[in-house]
Amino acid sequence: MENKAIKKFLIDDTNYETNFTEKFLRRKKYVKSDPGKITAFIPGVITVIKIKPGQQLKHGEGMLVLEAMKMKNDLLSPLEGKVKAIYVNVGQMVTKGQLLLEFE
Amino acid sequence: MKFFTLIVVNKMWLKDKILEFFNKKESAAIGGGQKAVEKQLAMGKMTARDRIKAILDTDSFHEYDMFVRHEARDFGMDKKELPGDGVITGTGTISGHPVCIFAQDFTVAGGSLGLAHARKITKIMDHSIKLGIPLIGINDSGGARIQEGVNSLAGYGEIFYRNTVASGVIPQISVVLGPCAGGAVYSPALTDFVFVVDKISKMFITGPEVIKTVLGEEISMEDLGGAKVQTEISGNAHFFANSELECFEQIKKLMGYIPWNNTKKAEPFPVKPPNAAYNIEAIIPPEPSKPYDIRDIIKSISDDSDFFEIQERFAANIVIGFTRMNGETVGIVGNQPLVLAGVLDVDSSDKAARFIRFCDAFNIPLITLVDLPGYLPGVDQEHNGVIRHGAKILYAYSEATVPKITIILRKAYGGGYIAMCSRHLGADFVFAWPFAEIAVMGPEGAANIIFKSEIANSTDPEATRKKKVQEYTEKFANPYVAAANGHVDAVINPAETRGYLIHALQIAVQKKEFRPAKKHGVPPF
Repeated sequence: MENKAIKKFLIDDTNYETNFTEKFLRRKKYVKSDPGKITAFIPGVITVIKIKPGQQLKHGEGMLVLEAMKMKNDLLSPLEGKVKAIYVNVGQMVTKGQLLLEFE
Repeated sequence: MKFFTLIVVNKMWLKDKILEFFNKKESAAIGGGQKAVEKQLAMGKMTARDRIKAILDTDSFHEYDMFVRHEARDFGMDKKELPGDGVITGTGTISGHPVCIFAQDFTVAGGSLGLAHARKITKIMDHSIKLGIPLIGINDSGGARIQEGVNSLAGYGEIFYRNTVASGVIPQISVVLGPCAGGAVYSPALTDFVFVVDKISKMFITGPEVIKTVLGEEISMEDLGGAKVQTEISGNAHFFANSELECFEQIKKLMGYIPWNNTKKAEPFPVKPPNAAYNIEAIIPPEPSKPYDIRDIIKSISDDSDFFEIQERFAANIVIGFTRMNGETVGIVGNQPLVLAGVLDVDSSDKAARFIRFCDAFNIPLITLVDLPGYLPGVDQEHNGVIRHGAKILYAYSEATVPKITIILRKAYGGGYIAMCSRHLGADFVFAWPFAEIAVMGPEGAANIIFKSEIANSTDPEATRKKKVQEYTEKFANPYVAAANGHVDAVINPAETRGYLIHALQIAVQKKEFRPAKKHGVPPF
């Protein structure tokens, strides 16, 4: 359904007067992904945490186990670096896109 | 004397049998019993048989397979009697036109689908395909009858298979009047038109409980898959109603616009002129950046100014629906400048493409009203596949062989111009209004690109820019460049539009178009 207030909408340098749909207004804004921030790719439960803050990790080293849809997903380190902080605990339920841990 | 007694006995016997039949029929007609019926009514829902009777012409319903019984033996099912096995099937008429119909009966084991239940549905579906008449299915079911195991899944599969075989052969209508969850949703999804009612219809693959336990997300049934969600956000359903009776009126109206099957044309109606209150020149603002409601333009050219809109709440930046021209049904596709400036995007392309294919399958000519700035820019659009979704509309128009008539009202820019049934995609007639602008983009954007350095290097860039925009507008922002190349057949006075359309439709009645033989195309689904 359209939202009833006429607003300006810029396309190819022309300002069109028009309504916006609720769905358009609620669209997700693009955020550039940061390789140092590890987020949940699927909603689920953190069942194992193998690392500690401050720990130096190698590329491909196991970090967490995220259990979702009856699968135990081993989250491996995507880079070589030091863990800055871990934001989740064992047994915690996480939503898709939730920040799990951060590299320095 | 002896002979006479025998006749009397025989007569008694006949009467008993008829009485027995009446009793059997009556007990089957109660469905799940008085208590279950009361529960159904308390939910604001009608009973399955009442729904059928409310949709069909009075006394036209003929029921079949009332005494079908299931053959399930496990989990105590051998002792359970389920009247009609939870579904009512039959034939009837709507405004005199024949239809096949089935309605799941929620009062009988929650309308759960077992093999016998499914076989009743597939039998009436086979009838509708063979008889070449529309199929209406009313869904109100808790889902698969778990006690019947894989047989219940087999039942669903056999329904989906027939939905697909029947697609494009007979019109198929789904009415969701209760829960329709899990695999069951795929039958409506495969049919042509889906009707839902506020607070009654609920459609989803996985329900709120599963979502909560598996994903930890909490949501109500209504917010997950209620009538509003399905008609506004997902686009799974086409018609929204506030009550079941309103929904049934929508179904009856729709049936008037569509033919019985793909070998027929929709029945013509008595011709009525449009309402004079819809005056094109008063509706449309001359500046291409100002909005107006495209539905007013549609009403200005339609018989009796009557427009039956489909998917009104979904992707409102494109308007689709049926109307009549000179008494004959036509399908209308029009950009809506009132919403998102009428751009094409993922949802609107999807919505229009499906409608175009329906019209083409059922011999309904297409009229396209063009007024759009192009495809919607944005990261979310690109990442959601505006390329492949946008391609659907190109595919559907190019593939359609019914008469295709296009009117360019104001702006037709870039890819949007091509996509909206341009001559290049096989339009039979392309007309343009005198203020139409057919160009790669709007004058502002074009001038900023073409004269970029000239504007930047001038002493008064703003004045130069304005001058260059003016120059471009005069040169390209008109219909005559396209008309000079034959891309537009005629520039017409807006007031003559209905006359041109009716003439074009009349002379295109015998249209035949041949394509290379193929099994089927591979559209960008």
